Amino acid sequence: MSRLKILALLPLAVALSSCNYVVLAPAGDIAAQQRDLVIISTVLMLLIVVPVMALTVLFAWRYRQSNTSARYEPDWDHSTKLELVIWSAPLLIIVCLGALTWMGTHLLDPYRNIGRIHAERAVDQSKAPLDVDVVALDWKWLFIYPDYGIATVNELAAPVDRPINFHITASSVMNSFYIPALAGQIYAMPGMETSLHAVINHAGAYKGFSANYSGAGFSGMHFTFHGLDDKGFDAWIAQAKSAGGSLGRAEYLKLEKPSENEPVRRWGTVDSDLYRLILNMCVETGKMCQSEMMAIDAKGGLGHEGLNNTLPLAYDKYARRGTALGPEPTFVAGTCTPDAPQGRTTAAIRAPLDPAPLTGAGLKRPSFAPLKSSSFFLGQRPKSDS
Amino acid sequence: MSPDLLKLIFGRLGIDSLPLHEPILVGTFVMVALGGGALFAGLTYFRLWGYLWREWFTTVDHKRIGIMYMILGIVMLLRGFVDALMMRAQQALAFGGSEGFLPAHHYDQVFTAHGVIMIFFVAMPLVTGLMNYVVPLQIGARDVSFPFLNNFSFWMTVGGAVLVMASLFIGEFARTGWLAYPPLSNIGYSPDVGVDYYIWALQVAGVGTTLSGINLICTIVKLRCPGMTMMKMPVFTWTALCTNILIVASFPVLTVVLALLSLDRYVGTNFFTNDFGGSPMMYVNLIWIWGHPEVYILVLPAFGIFSEVTSTFSGKRLFGYTSMVYATVVITILSYLVWLHHFFTMGSGASVNSFFGITTMIISIPTGAKMFNWLFTMYRGRIRFELPMLWTIAFMLTFVLGGMTGVLLAVPPADFVLHNSLFLIAHFHNVIIGGVVFGAFAGINYWFPKAFGFKLDPFWGKLSFWFWVTGFYMAFMPLYVLGLMGVTRRLRVFDDPSLQIWFVIAAIGAGLVFLGILSMLMQFAVSFLKREQLKDVTGDPWDARTLEWATSSPPPDYNFAFTPVVHDNDAWWDMKKRGYQRPLMGFKPIHMPSSTGTGIILAGFATAMGFGLIWYIWWLAAASFIAMLVVGIGHTFNYHRDFDIPADDVIRTEDARTKLLAGAK
Repeated sequence: MSRLKILALLPLAVALSSCNYVVLAPAGDIAAQQRDLVIISTVLMLLIVVPVMALTVLFAWRYRQSNTSARYEPDWDHSTKLELVIWSAPLLIIVCLGALTWMGTHLLDPYRNIGRIHAERAVDQSKAPLDVDVVALDWKWLFIYPDYGIATVNELAAPVDRPINFHITASSVMNSFYIPALAGQIYAMPGMETSLHAVINHAGAYKGFSANYSGAGFSGMHFTFHGLDDKGFDAWIAQAKSAGGSLGRAEYLKLEKPSENEPVRRWGTVDSDLYRLILNMCVETGKMCQSEMMAIDAKGGLGHEGLNNTLPLAYDKYARRGTALGPEPTFVAGTCTPDAPQGRTTAAIRAPLDPAPLTGAGLKRPSFAPLKSSSFFLGQRPKSDS
Repeated sequence: MSPDLLKLIFGRLGIDSLPLHEPILVGTFVMVALGGGALFAGLTYFRLWGYLWREWFTTVDHKRIGIMYMILGIVMLLRGFVDALMMRAQQALAFGGSEGFLPAHHYDQVFTAHGVIMIFFVAMPLVTGLMNYVVPLQIGARDVSFPFLNNFSFWMTVGGAVLVMASLFIGEFARTGWLAYPPLSNIGYSPDVGVDYYIWALQVAGVGTTLSGINLICTIVKLRCPGMTMMKMPVFTWTALCTNILIVASFPVLTVVLALLSLDRYVGTNFFTNDFGGSPMMYVNLIWIWGHPEVYILVLPAFGIFSEVTSTFSGKRLFGYTSMVYATVVITILSYLVWLHHFFTMGSGASVNSFFGITTMIISIPTGAKMFNWLFTMYRGRIRFELPMLWTIAFMLTFVLGGMTGVLLAVPPADFVLHNSLFLIAHFHNVIIGGVVFGAFAGINYWFPKAFGFKLDPFWGKLSFWFWVTGFYMAFMPLYVLGLMGVTRRLRVFDDPSLQIWFVIAAIGAGLVFLGILSMLMQFAVSFLKREQLKDVTGDPWDARTLEWATSSPPPDYNFAFTPVVHDNDAWWDMKKRGYQRPLMGFKPIHMPSSTGTGIILAGFATAMGFGLIWYIWWLAAASFIAMLVVGIGHTFNYHRDFDIPADDVIRTEDARTKLLAGAK
């Protein structure tokens, strides 16, 4: 950080030294950049807010009724010069802030592959990032490590300085996946996938939780995120492996039933297709996956025959009871081999990493690779995995 | 009786729907029943029912309807604030393994009800009430364009409030948060009556709000007195116009989105379900397309109040009237272009997020210009620190802070770390309390003498002011701090003991605000007792500038014996300066609308229909609906809709005022 920024931080730092202001003192690079934006924006706005507050107090005092020595001009109600100032001063600040917002929003887009580990180190493209699939359940978090074939509940770990790609979904209602020390939050929604790219720079145990109210057990829906050195991470993986047990479709269906304040759980092996089935809402045997349904619809759909392809609903999680006046609930049955997972050809579509630099008049070329401009405008996300 | 028959008669309402197992609710019910019983007995004993029915319930007088809106808002404020106290207490206690005193089932209803009540049944009635009372007077009109509709709108709002209150003792309220996002609010995850109470309370009240918006737009556009061109309208009337345009253009969105949700819940459609093509994200978009304008619906009239107050108590013309008007109009338009900033974290692309972030920031430009306009109205003025002005200064200092944190939250990357945190809670209470509530209190203190003919007691008023302001800062500054510690909203229990101190401070702050509310009630009571001392016979106790102060306090039923003619945007100030003489003769009969009970009857049936739909009591819903049609059509055959106040009555009223004014000199 520049010296100016540190100066601006100083009074804050003094006032806040005693407590854990995780948003202002995070341990991950993304959260740190977000923190910088919080502070720069605040300082920018204070440029106008402080004078306004001071003037309010000053004028209120100076022109009090008892102060008869102050000038009194009851009919003075216009000044073009002043009008120009009062419209242009906020405008100037907003222009600066707007530019900052445009750049910051693109550079810190949670879908964007990160370009740097921290301010002084770029990402080594030859090393694979850590993939983690995140599922918000009622009311606990399921983490699947596809590369390691393990899964955990309410405990997450990642090696320090290795980029992490989170793929996030939910089983029933909306939640928000948030580890303040690591990076900003992103909603977890059923049948949809959101992403988050981040990196943790300091080892330690950090809090993670749901930041979007999701029902009765919401308060207990938190987990610990461990930033570990490489050795520690290997040990953590090994610990999960040695926990044994296997998380398959049947076990998942049991797990996703609502429960509160769940302790940490680990599985040594996990069905490699499970996350895709959760995302497509077809973990239950015989239910058509969303991806399959969308593929059929993309080819024109099944027409009227499609209406016959439904069966009485017994699945929509634990709660669906049907409606008072509507028909009995149904679901769409799978058309091909109901029990076998569909082919993987339609596996997740990832935002491509495009190293073209972000440039513009007067803008400094960033030290790491942003997205291509066309994908700024076409980036319609989140998209269902299809 | 057979269960089938019971189900036919009572739907899903049963004895176990009554919360007899919740001691807090049973206690509350006993209190309410005793209080309500005493009130009922008192009204009966003093034979006031007839008076209330004739003079208030069936009135079409915009002034009385305005006062009833204010009473509704203040009563509901007490309910909403008790919810706030319970939340603060729960969060201050639930540490170190303690579960606090509220189970999730109850706590989740409390925070949902708090939000719904404070926005729909406190802020909206207070704002609508002030507009209803003041706007026709400010534009020199005798009433609103559609007086019967006004009465109907009010009672529909009451109907919604009744349904929310009923949920306290019959069944339960929603446990979804105040905007009831699906899938949580859909039938799968909220099969109980809570969300249905939510839907029907808002639908019934929403009809009232929309109709009252149409009514006030027509009033402002069509009923201004001669000479009052658009650019000579008082700023409060301008903000009222913009607010009502916002209401008419945004409440239908709320109506539709709630209708779609009720279709999902009642007939099994899939608008917002997880599968069958449903999209919960659509609901979030739609509800915020209503929800963001709603924020400006509330705050624009408050801006108008502050403009009137600043100008009056600085003894000076409003600085930059034209730019004030343009700023208001710009805010009105821009408020439709920012809704997505409520869910930057839902996964839109960076360009979409930055677009909405930047449009949000742009709103701060006209708002900043307004702030400067108030500032330069004070500049070279003679400021009298009466209660309305105190609230205005407190607003100016508080609102810039809230505005600043608001712009901060409009920066998407900053929002990613602060969204849904207590920082967000602190922000919007900062602007809603600092803007809307302070504005409503400034307005109440400012216009009270107009409505009742005596000023409010300044001692209790100042006490209330200081309790509110210090209480507000104590209650919400800790929440900013907690937000920066990454603490999220709507949590019921905490495990980090270092946070507790901040929640305790916030709870003490809420306690101070409570004292502020009590002081305000004391202020009303004391002022009523001391009404002879606080009396104002001039009709213009503040040496004010706009037309409402040209008539007596309280104004006669017909507002103005002769329609005033306006030459300047500070019309009354201009009249005073030019040595205006009140006309003393030549009075003519005045044509006025008649009272009617149709509004309250229709709203009663609408409420019953809502209750029937909530509890699946289909016969009740159908019967109420048919009754509404019958009463509505029946009302079209009512030809006794207007009458003339005889000239003699007008002369008597005006002569009485002449005597009073002579006595005052």
